[in-house]
Amino acid sequence: MLPVAYYVGLSAILFIIGVVGVLTRRNAIIIFMSIELMLNSANLAFVAFARVHEAISGQIFVFFVMAVAAAEVAVGLALIVAIFHTKHSINVDNISSLKG
Amino acid sequence: MTFEFILFFVLALVAIISALGMVLSQNSVYSALFLILNLSTVAVFYLLLSAAFLAMVQVTVYAGAIMVLFLFVIMLLGAERLPGKAELLWQRPLAIALGLVLFVEAAYIFFFRSGVLPSMEIAEENFGSPELIGQILFNQYLLPFEVTSILLLVAMVGAVVLSRRTK
Repeated sequence: MLPVAYYVGLSAILFIIGVVGVLTRRNAIIIFMSIELMLNSANLAFVAFARVHEAISGQIFVFFVMAVAAAEVAVGLALIVAIFHTKHSINVDNISSLKG
Repeated sequence: MTFEFILFFVLALVAIISALGMVLSQNSVYSALFLILNLSTVAVFYLLLSAAFLAMVQVTVYAGAIMVLFLFVIMLLGAERLPGKAELLWQRPLAIALGLVLFVEAAYIFFFRSGVLPSMEIAEENFGSPELIGQILFNQYLLPFEVTSILLLVAMVGAVVLSRRTK
């Protein structure tokens, strides 16, 4: 059995890569995928701790996180498609109409 | 150097490299494919952690449905042909610097501030099996389950409404 710290460390590294992806990229779809990467890393931490404490609730929570992530991706991509139809660009620097 | 450690190390390397490839790639389709590789690697981690049902759900839902949806939208918008050039001047070094700060902070907490984490024992036979998850999900967590179904319905309606062309 591996120590749980390995899995938590890997989860932290993936999360940080996701954060840098959200901050650095300008393509809205890549930003979205980096958010999915962050959610995924949190899921990994949940499952690791569920295994350590023999609590199945951790895995149930991951189940719900996946369902919510699926709903979020559906709505978010519909938004991106709708924005693209008007602005013909998915560069988030161009989607600044509300900028004061 | 047990087999499990070698397996974990190789898979972790694949996961990190594919995550970096997703973030750094200039082609959106390559990024999506890197993310699919990353999600499949995490599914194998779930198998290592006695979460068999979640591994299959991850492959089916996350890597199989969500990423396919991403690829559809990327191809629909022609995003692989859009230039990924960024007009960032000072944000990109600042983002990388902040990411390094976060990494240093995580490493500090990891090595100096974490208490004694409990070690893993031998799990019972059906831990993470669909039977056990079904028992807990439909008895103890029935309300979140039903609310999630309503959430998915709302998301479906929202996606259809948002992608309508208003004349």
